Amino acid sequence: MENGRKDSFTLAILVNNKSGVLMRVVALFSRRRYNIDSLSVSETENPDISRITIVVHGDRNITEQIILQVEKLVDVRKVYEMTMDGSIQRELVLIKLNADETTRTHIVEIGELFKAKVVDVTPSTITMQITGSLEKLDSFLELVRPYGIVELVRTGMTALERGSRPLSETTFGDEG
Amino acid sequence: MKITGADIIVECLVEQGVDTVFGYPGGQVIPLYDALYRNRGRIRHILTAHEQGASHAADGYSRSTGKVGVCIATSGPGATNLTTGIATAYMDSIPMVAITGNVPISLLGKDSFQEVDIAGITLSITKHNYIVKRIEDLASIIREAFYIARSGRPGPVLIDVPKNVQEASYEFENVPLKEVAPKVSRLREKDIEAAVQLIKSSKKPMCYVGGGVIRADAADVLNEFLDRIDSPAGSSLMGLGAVPVSSERFTGMIGMHGTRVSNMAINNCDLLIVIGARFSDRVISKGSTFARQARIIQIDVDPAEFNKNINTEIHVVGDVEVVLGRLLKLLPEKISHGEWMTSIKERKARFPMQVAPHAKRAKEILEALDEVLPDDSYVTTEVGQHQMWTAQYLKKIRPRRFLTSGGLGTMGFGTGAAIGAQVSHPDARVVNIAGDGSFRMNSNELATIARYKLPIVIIVMNNHALGMVRQWQDLFYEHRYSETTLDTPLDWVMLAHAYGVEGMDLGPEDDPEEVLKRAFDLKKPVVVNALIPSDDKVFPMVAPGASISDMIGFVDLNPLVD
Ligand SMILES: Cc1ncc(C[n+]2csc(CCOP(=O)(O)OP(=O)(O)O)c2C)c(N)n1
Repeated sequence: MENGRKDSFTLAILVNNKSGVLMRVVALFSRRRYNIDSLSVSETENPDISRITIVVHGDRNITEQIILQVEKLVDVRKVYEMTMDGSIQRELVLIKLNADETTRTHIVEIGELFKAKVVDVTPSTITMQITGSLEKLDSFLELVRPYGIVELVRTGMTALERGSRPLSETTFGDEG
Repeated sequence: MKITGADIIVECLVEQGVDTVFGYPGGQVIPLYDALYRNRGRIRHILTAHEQGASHAADGYSRSTGKVGVCIATSGPGATNLTTGIATAYMDSIPMVAITGNVPISLLGKDSFQEVDIAGITLSITKHNYIVKRIEDLASIIREAFYIARSGRPGPVLIDVPKNVQEASYEFENVPLKEVAPKVSRLREKDIEAAVQLIKSSKKPMCYVGGGVIRADAADVLNEFLDRIDSPAGSSLMGLGAVPVSSERFTGMIGMHGTRVSNMAINNCDLLIVIGARFSDRVISKGSTFARQARIIQIDVDPAEFNKNINTEIHVVGDVEVVLGRLLKLLPEKISHGEWMTSIKERKARFPMQVAPHAKRAKEILEALDEVLPDDSYVTTEVGQHQMWTAQYLKKIRPRRFLTSGGLGTMGFGTGAAIGAQVSHPDARVVNIAGDGSFRMNSNELATIARYKLPIVIIVMNNHALGMVRQWQDLFYEHRYSETTLDTPLDWVMLAHAYGVEGMDLGPEDDPEEVLKRAFDLKKPVVVNALIPSDDKVFPMVAPGASISDMIGFVDLNPLVD
């Protein structure tokens, strides 16, 4: 339970920013039957490097296996497990909910509790944007679900280490 | 100097020390073949009958020399025909570089004639692969590919070169070869020390030796280590030869068709030292009962092998030869396990593999082969019963001289591998021990053997059946021989003659030693059709899903004890 959900872990993977690299990582996960809960990928401060954030579930043993297998890919520079305490983990959710005059204010109030932003309103729906950790998003979604979710989209978790050192400068293999 | 992409490929191959390549031409590699033609004095090209044969030949070249094997094919069907050989090499960690041509870049992705996405297809059976999109990158990609193939845990790398890249011109300059040092970057002193402590406190150590020892050329240091810590050793199929079959320490194979002695030692030892082995399901069978009582040290160059199939306690990451050398340094004094070694020797006498009523004829033939075969010969096998019998009974099994497809179990491997071994060792004897089913798969390579006059001896252990499958049908499917009888009359001697190869029969009444001696004395390619019964078995055996302690079909000379 490293990122707030049971049996789920967040990995940050620094890869060469080349075509086909994401495919190699994903193909490895599918071939070895590792489960991906969410995945996000983008360029980093260094245009030669992309960063893939993957949330996986499985026991500790599987997570270690995943790290070791992913490290073997030639285009992978570094794999790092992002812990709850040691990292900031965020995901963006866009959600369209059923909302009429009677329910709209309730929904907005719930949203305020979670610092969600209203981004669109129609006579019958309200669309909100919320960012946060898995835990926060899970509890928000639980509270608004009864109003009726029309559509929901999530970007996938992304994460950054706390502290001053960038991931690309941490060495691995010396953790214990 | 500006040269074409095709010439850059050839120059890079020469730079990497490649003297021989195996392949088959086609539309999208004509420029490369033109460069090979112009450079035929520098690199020898062996034309096989089929690209699969080329891939296995490159594999056999690599297994027998330790160098990177190279195979070449055209796009589309040429490339897909390589895949079985690439997968075979991948599963057994064989360094190989496969070069394929492809349609010009402007036609890529348009379902052009003979276009396949070979990089996509081979994604999961290569260590890495490339599509060369720019001539500027070609040389550095080839150099990197060779480095990747050889470094760490070796494996195959594929380079797909579109035709227009072969035709384009670019500056080329030789660069010094990048040395591949034994991998020790993640070797930690404290793991070595922990291993030493466990070894010192062990009363009944056992070693499980795998193909990693062969790949690392670590057999000598391994045997020194076994003597130092006074331990018996069993091996996987891939590890055979690392410990001499004649050694009193050697208990035979472990696992499904292992020996009773090996399997008992695994489940009786107090310390299991796993050296360059990966706990294949063919070895461990029912994992939850494998060496449960023992503490386990695992030494491997690939840390992803730790805790994959079996959880192990001490993990030592690094080149096996280096690690064993370090252990020897830290264990300067000989350790003695007299009682344990005596009990191993007693068990070897009590459960002898040499008594084999279930495979009498095959064993006789293999024993005759042992008599006839020079010590420095190369033995390849196909896949099936004959392969297991060879592993169980042949004594002349030595590192890099016993070539068999372990991980993928590829029927048709042996003939190609024999070509690779013979081409790279023209003066040595090479024998392929085949089954009739397997030999049918790639017997077209007799054309290659004849073309290059390779004096390979192919012994077809002819049981008129897909014996290994038939054995399972006998034991677990109530003798329903679904599609495993090969009773179409086939005159093997005539088939050999058709290719201009010698053929001989080794009938049930013939003296195998006499026939084999004649075959080897010809010093020519020859197919020996060795008839054996259809219903012989590979025993002992662990039934699927059973513990390796529960073997069937072993011989016990002293059943009243225990
Ligand atoms: C390419 C391929 N196809 C199918 C199999 C499955 N298979 C494993 S052993 C075997 C029988 C091999 O028969 P043969 O070569 O005659 O050897 P024998 O077992 O009779 O010694 C088969 C079909 C395989 N290993 N490889």
